[in-house]
Amino acid sequence: MKYALKRLAMLLATMLLVSLFTFIAFELISGDTASAMLGTEATPERLEALREELGLNRPLMVRYAEWLFGFFTGNLGVSTSYRQPVGDLIAPKALVTLYLSLMSFALIVVISIPLGLWSAGRAGGPLDGLRTAFNQLCMAVPPFFTGILLSWGFGIVLKWFVPGEFPDLSANFAGALHYLLFPAVALAIPRIAMTVRMFRSTIQAEMQKDYVRTAISRGNDRGEVLRRHVLKNAIAPIAAFLAQTLAEIVAGSIVVEQVFSIPGLGRILVASIANRDYPTVQAIVVILAFWVVLAGMLSDLVSQCIDPRLRLGGGA
Amino acid sequence: MKKKLLALLLLSGLLCAALSGCGGGSAGPAAEDGQTDGSTVPDAEPKVNEITVGIAQDLDDSLDPHITVAAGTKEVMFNVFEGLVKPTPEGDLIPAVAEKYELSEDQTAYTFTLREGVRFHNGEPVEMQDVIYSLNRCAGMKGEEPLIPALSAVKGIEASGSTVTITLDQPNTEFLSYLTLAILPEDYDQQDTAPVGTGPFKFVSRAAQDNIVLEKFADYWGEPAYLDKITFKIIENADSILMSLQSGAIDLCSHLTSTQVAQLGDDFNVEEGTMNLVQAMYLNNAEKPFDDVRVRQALCYAVDKQGIIDLAFDGYGSPIGSSMYPAFGKYFDDSLTNYYTRDIEKAKALLADAGYPDGFSMTITVPSNYQPHIDTAQVIVEQLKEIGVNAEIQLVEWGTWVEDVYNLRKFQSTVIGVDASNMTARALLERFTSDYDKNFINYNNAEYDALFQQAITTASDAEQTDFYKQMEANLTENAANVYIQDLVDLVAVRKGLTGVRFYPIYALDLSTVRYEA
Repeated sequence: MKYALKRLAMLLATMLLVSLFTFIAFELISGDTASAMLGTEATPERLEALREELGLNRPLMVRYAEWLFGFFTGNLGVSTSYRQPVGDLIAPKALVTLYLSLMSFALIVVISIPLGLWSAGRAGGPLDGLRTAFNQLCMAVPPFFTGILLSWGFGIVLKWFVPGEFPDLSANFAGALHYLLFPAVALAIPRIAMTVRMFRSTIQAEMQKDYVRTAISRGNDRGEVLRRHVLKNAIAPIAAFLAQTLAEIVAGSIVVEQVFSIPGLGRILVASIANRDYPTVQAIVVILAFWVVLAGMLSDLVSQCIDPRLRLGGGA
Repeated sequence: MKKKLLALLLLSGLLCAALSGCGGGSAGPAAEDGQTDGSTVPDAEPKVNEITVGIAQDLDDSLDPHITVAAGTKEVMFNVFEGLVKPTPEGDLIPAVAEKYELSEDQTAYTFTLREGVRFHNGEPVEMQDVIYSLNRCAGMKGEEPLIPALSAVKGIEASGSTVTITLDQPNTEFLSYLTLAILPEDYDQQDTAPVGTGPFKFVSRAAQDNIVLEKFADYWGEPAYLDKITFKIIENADSILMSLQSGAIDLCSHLTSTQVAQLGDDFNVEEGTMNLVQAMYLNNAEKPFDDVRVRQALCYAVDKQGIIDLAFDGYGSPIGSSMYPAFGKYFDDSLTNYYTRDIEKAKALLADAGYPDGFSMTITVPSNYQPHIDTAQVIVEQLKEIGVNAEIQLVEWGTWVEDVYNLRKFQSTVIGVDASNMTARALLERFTSDYDKNFINYNNAEYDALFQQAITTASDAEQTDFYKQMEANLTENAANVYIQDLVDLVAVRKGLTGVRFYPIYALDLSTVRYEA
């Protein structure tokens, strides 16, 4: 209980800090909301009038406090570029990104665990060099490039989906999921490669240990030892790694969203930063921070569940 | 242990489901989007009388046409709004919401007669009060800052019956072009998100970073649009645009690069127009070493426009030599285009003369979201090396460019395209008069200022044209900037579609686009 409270407090503190840093960062980069809104048609008079209207002339801390108050009372403000409540603006986008991330994560888990085991079992085998090279390649190719390849291969050549025609999530859910499968794959490939590699090296390291040697020398079947003893010890760091992956996927989705023209959080975040649309940026950054911290907590929890040695005080 | 892990995974799944449930509750604008083209099978059935147009920039701006700043937004909303007059592809102005207009003897009073039967998209007829409201708002007649600075010359706006008279403090042969300003309904306060105008298409919906939907306006007073519906799809990524064209997701897309066009395949026709931009390496004339005319001239001699066009644009593009582009017809002076032909020796001599025998280092600031300008700058860097000038490209985000380069004038040089906000030579040339607040290159030339005063005060069109041409020559001779080209505008149009027209301003008119019978 005490532990949970501590984590919760950390979550809140992280989100607060992130939002404050974003606020300050906006203050430091050149160009403010008013100059972004007026663009090349800005005149000193119009800029001044707009700053006054938007309340940008007030001190940073006053504005931050106001934003914070709004945030806790459920008022995220109005997007300065789209002139629309931020909540309405980003809710459908967050949903798209969430589905994309979850699909991608599911792919990673479902593919990399069996593949990792299989690969670990065959370490040092005849085609091992080839497998390692392929693994390296998958890790090195950035998702945007995979995305373009997938769009071309499955979209243009095979016509399994129509690149650029993402169906509306609320109107055609199945169609949208079908479309999201391809970006999810693009997003998953390097992560799968990383997980497999991690799996392999963790298991290999574990296999070198004395207890394994002893177990095998006592006549136990190698495969049996791998499954019954080694895996138990190796799974904790891998599960933690996977939970961390959950956070990283969201970051990766920004690029993939652009390649596949999906209206997700990443694209609106990039656009809002360019427009100095700070109410929108703040809201998205806080959501992302929440997601990342959540993934971190999940990672810790998973490790502790699996490995009692990691449980901190009061775990009993 | 495994059970625990499983439970955790399930739990996280539930949590996500709960989160998604929250999101679904407040379905935003995406839900209103009428585009529920259920099939994911490409082109299973021919689309009905509608098209999807790809655009690289979102309309992340106010949609209120009097407030809109972004060129990309104006380009799309050109289909939704009209003024008392409207432009034609030939560069003329024809009556729109007004039926006709008369100019008084002394050329200071314009009298417009309102056209009968013009309706707004909300069904209301256009009344005199709406016209007055729109004009007052832009001209700042109620003491506020005018939304269109040039309209501060308006002395009075008076209505009587179905006519409205606009009086100016002095004759202005270009005044009419400002009256393309949109006529909007009075007392409608959602113009910035759900705009209402009088154009051939009406606004239906916008989903941020996704799409904009327009529909044919059935009660349009003039030639109705051919298409029933247009969906603008926002696709920033250049490769994705290409793929969306090939997959059939979009039918039309403008501003393509020559590389993209080369990969299009047989399903498309490519229309070739111009972007109507003065692309140049703009030099900060107040900044060392560009405060010396010899240095600026040396750069002009060192840069080979045709080389840039050939190398970076596959030969598409029209070279220019001053702040004017060919679509302006009578104002364009082609003799200035090759005023500086590439001459490395001459450039070096000029540099030596100015005190830089070994060249110098400079930065070219380029906004990172405009690939053509980046490509151009890269070729320039190579070309300048030959005269010992070591140029370095500094990529900045658009917002930073606007603030640092355009507003604060903190830069050495920048590659950018400057457009004319309306179809007047003045829009291109006034910006280099010494006291103009948009004179971001700090050009300061007394002769130029004097010519401009003469140009705007003369009542004779021929004389005015002549003054403008002298101003162009002044910019060229003093090498105010290193002029390059008017970029090509390549538009991919799916075969079977026809009717794309190019305007001398930044506009994508879709009212004439149709399927071939």
